[in-house]
Amino acid sequence: MKRRLLATALTVVCLLSVACGRRDEVQLPAQTQRVGGASGNELAAVQILRRGNGTEPETLDPHRVEGVTAANVLRDLFEGLVTEAADGELIPGAAASWATSDDGLVYTFKLQPQGRWSNGEPVTADDFVYGLRRSADPATLSEYSAILYPVENAAEVIAGTLPPDRLGVRAIDAQTLEIRLHSPTPYLLGLLTHASTYPVNRKSVEQYGARFARPGKLVSNGPFQLSEWVVQSHIRLLRNPYYRDNLHTTLTEVWYYPVENAEAELNRYRAGELDMTETIPARQVAWLRKHLADELRISPYLGSYVYGFNTQQPPFRDAPKLRKALALALDRDILTGKISGAGELPAYSWVPPVSGYTQQVPDWAHWTQAERNAEARRLYAEAGYSASHPLRMQLLYNTESNHRRLAVAMAAMWREVLGVETELLNQEWQVFLQTRRSRFDTQLFRYGWIGDYNDPYTFAEILESKHGLNDMGYSNPRYDALLAAAARDGNPVTRMATLAAAERLMLDDMPIIPLYFYVSKKMVKPWVAGFEANIMDHHYSRYFRILEH
Amino acid sequence: MLSLLRKRLLEAIPTLLVLLAATFFLIRAAPGGPFDSEKRLPVEIEANLRAAYHLDEPLWQQFGRYLWNLAHADFGPSFQYRDRTVTELIAGGFPVSLQLGALAMLLAVSVGVTLGSLAALRQNRLADHATMAVAMTGISVPNFVLAPLLVLLFAVLAGWLPAGGLGGGAWQNLVLPVVSLALTQVAYIARLTRGSMIEVLGSPFIRTARAQGLPMRTILLHHALRPALIPVISYLGPATAGLITGSVVIEQIFGLPGLGRYFVQGALNRDYTLVMGIVVFYGALIIFFNLAVDLLYGWLDPRARQ
Repeated sequence: MKRRLLATALTVVCLLSVACGRRDEVQLPAQTQRVGGASGNELAAVQILRRGNGTEPETLDPHRVEGVTAANVLRDLFEGLVTEAADGELIPGAAASWATSDDGLVYTFKLQPQGRWSNGEPVTADDFVYGLRRSADPATLSEYSAILYPVENAAEVIAGTLPPDRLGVRAIDAQTLEIRLHSPTPYLLGLLTHASTYPVNRKSVEQYGARFARPGKLVSNGPFQLSEWVVQSHIRLLRNPYYRDNLHTTLTEVWYYPVENAEAELNRYRAGELDMTETIPARQVAWLRKHLADELRISPYLGSYVYGFNTQQPPFRDAPKLRKALALALDRDILTGKISGAGELPAYSWVPPVSGYTQQVPDWAHWTQAERNAEARRLYAEAGYSASHPLRMQLLYNTESNHRRLAVAMAAMWREVLGVETELLNQEWQVFLQTRRSRFDTQLFRYGWIGDYNDPYTFAEILESKHGLNDMGYSNPRYDALLAAAARDGNPVTRMATLAAAERLMLDDMPIIPLYFYVSKKMVKPWVAGFEANIMDHHYSRYFRILEH
Repeated sequence: MLSLLRKRLLEAIPTLLVLLAATFFLIRAAPGGPFDSEKRLPVEIEANLRAAYHLDEPLWQQFGRYLWNLAHADFGPSFQYRDRTVTELIAGGFPVSLQLGALAMLLAVSVGVTLGSLAALRQNRLADHATMAVAMTGISVPNFVLAPLLVLLFAVLAGWLPAGGLGGGAWQNLVLPVVSLALTQVAYIARLTRGSMIEVLGSPFIRTARAQGLPMRTILLHHALRPALIPVISYLGPATAGLITGSVVIEQIFGLPGLGRYFVQGALNRDYTLVMGIVVFYGALIIFFNLAVDLLYGWLDPRARQ
C-alpha cells in the first residue's frame, strides 16, 4: 500500500512538472506544414467545419432572434435578398438584382430564378412579403423589428396601429418584390442582410407555429439546413441540396458548439475539437501571439468603446472644457497596448472605420501625449479646478475584469496629469444598464456600442437628443439638424459629408471620451481555407473549405 | 415509517411555497428585466413584449398566475430561449446533470470510503498521513481550479481525453467532468469515514469481535462499516443534491448541457420563469434527498427508527 501511494504521488508530481516545464515550448500539431497536400490547396475528404459559437442561440426563428451567436447560425440557414461576400462586401443573395427609384423611396428586387427552399419548393416574392410582414407583426414578439423602421408604415405596424398587410412591401409577380420606404435609406441593402428580413416558409410556420424553427421542421432557403439541435451541446447543419449556389459550396456539414466561456473554448480548440473559435480570452492574446501566431486572427470590428459623460448633471453639465481635459489626458497607446492588449485600435472619434466614410479625427489626435497633457492641464485650470480644488468624480462600469483594469489605469492617468480624484464604481450588467439609463445617478460611465449595419448612421443616431440610448443626455440642435438632413439625403456622397460634419461638431462638444475601436479575435486552424476578416465579423460557412491535413 | 413519509411530504409543501415566494419576489426586485439589453428596445416593442408575457400586470397577480400554472404542471415559457418552455429545458438538462452527479457520487463514495477506511486502519502511519494530505488538498483546491488543470494536462497537452462537450454521450467525455466533480467529495468522504471508523474500531463490540478471533476483513466489512457510515450517509443527502444541482462550474468548463448552466444564465438574463422553474425543481430535489437520507438512516441505525 505504502509503495502504491508513493508511486501515485510520484506520478502526480511528474505530470505537474511536465506541465510546468513545458510551458514555453508547447508543440504545434506536426501537420501544420503539410496542410493542403502537395499543391497546398487540396481538399480534405471530409468537409466538416466545427465552429465555437459563444452563448447558446436563444432561438433559430429569424424574426425573434436577438443575439450575435444565433445570427451566426442563421446566416448559414437562411439567405436574405442581399448577402455578404467573405470580405463583407454586399452582394446579391436571394435577389439576383435590384433597381431603385430616382427619389430613393422604392426598391424593386428580382429574385434568383433557381432559389429553392430546403424542401425543394421555389422561393417566391410572396415568401418575402410573408416574412417581412411576420417580422413586423407585434404578435410575432420580435425584439429586432426596429430594423424595418425605414419601410413605409413599418412603425405603425410594429406599434400595432396598422395591420401587417399595410407594410410597404408587395409581390409584383412570383419573382419580383417591391419595398417602399418613407425616406431614402442608403443603408437599406445592409439592413436586408439582417435576420429580421429573412423569408420564412409560410406552410411550415402555419403548421408548426412558434416551434417551426426546430430540427425536422425548419424549412430554410440558405446553403444549409438544420439537422440536429441539442440545446447547450451543439447545432448540426447539413447541406441544403436545393440551394441555388450549391456548385460553389464545399462544406457538407457545419457543427456549432455553444461555449460561453472563452477559456473553455480555447482549450477545446487547442485539443483539436474546434476548427475555429468565436472569440479569445483577452488575457491569452499575448501567449497566443507568441505560440500560435499563424492561427490568430485579429481584425477591426464595428464597435466603439468609450466613456460617456452625463451632460445633464454636474460636474459635467455645461463643462465642455473639463470634458475635453479628461479626454486629452488619457494615453490611449498605453490603454490599448498595455492594458486591453488585444490589438484594439486607439480611438479619438466615435464612428469606427466603416466603409465609404472618412474617419473624423480631431487635431489633438496627431499631437504627442505630452502636448495633450499640457493642453489638458490648461483646460482643467480654465474650467476652474486646481491642485487645491481638484475634481472629484465617480466613474461607473459594469463588473468585468477587463473593464476594471482599464478604469483603474484611466483613474491613475487622470490623477497623475490633472490631480483628479476618481472613485471607481462597478455594477452587475443589468443594474448598470438601468443606472446608466436613468441619467440621474451617473457622472462618467462606460459605454460600448456595436453597430447594427455597416454605416456611420448606426453610431451617429445614438447621440441624437431624443434617442432612447442617449444615456449621455447629449443635446445639440445643430447635431440633430445635420442628422435629419442626412436622413433625407438620397445622395451617398453629400450624405456621408453631412454625417462627418455632425461627428466633428459632436467631438467638439465632447459628450464622450473615445478610447478604442473593438477588434474581433479568433483562432482559425491552418486547414480552414476561405476565412476573410471583415468589419462585421460575419463568416458565412459557405465560403469555407477544409484542406487536407 | 409510512407516517414519517406522509409527515415529511406534507411539510415539503409549505417549504416549497416559501421558497417559491422568496425567489419570485427577489428576482423581480433585482434591477433590470428580461428585455433589457445594451440595445434598448423601442418603447412600443417593449410594451408589446411585456404584455405578451403578462409582465404589465401587478406583481401579486403575476405570482397568482404563476402558482396556478404550476399547479397544472406548467412552468411557463422561457424568456431567453424564446420558443422553448421551461419544462422542455429542464427535461433536456436534468438527465445530463443527473448522470454527471450520480457518477461523481458513486466514484466519490467508493474511493472515499475505501481510502478513509484504509487510513483508519493504518492510523498515524504513513498511509494515513499520505491519504489525509491528499484529502486536505482535495478539499482546499476548488473545482474551478482543478478542472482547467485536468483539461490542460489530459486534453490539451496529452490529448488522451476530450476537452469538453457531450460527444454524443461517449464515456470519454464524462471522465474529466466526473473526476473533477468527485475529487472534492472524495476528500470529504475519506475524512468523515476515517474519523467515524476510528471511533467505531475503538468501541467495545469490535474489541469483542477481535477477541473472538474474527479476521480483520470480516470485522471491518460486517461489523464496523455499517455504523461507521452513518455520518457519511447524513452528509450524502445534501451532497448528492449539491452534486446534481451544483455542477454549474463543471458544466461551464466542460460545455455540458446540464441544468446548472441554465440556472446561472437564467439569473443573469433575468429569465424569470426559467430561474423559478429550476428553483422549484432543485427545491423538490433537495427535499427528496433529505428524505431519502432519513429513510436510509433508519435502516442503518435502529435507534433512529422511532
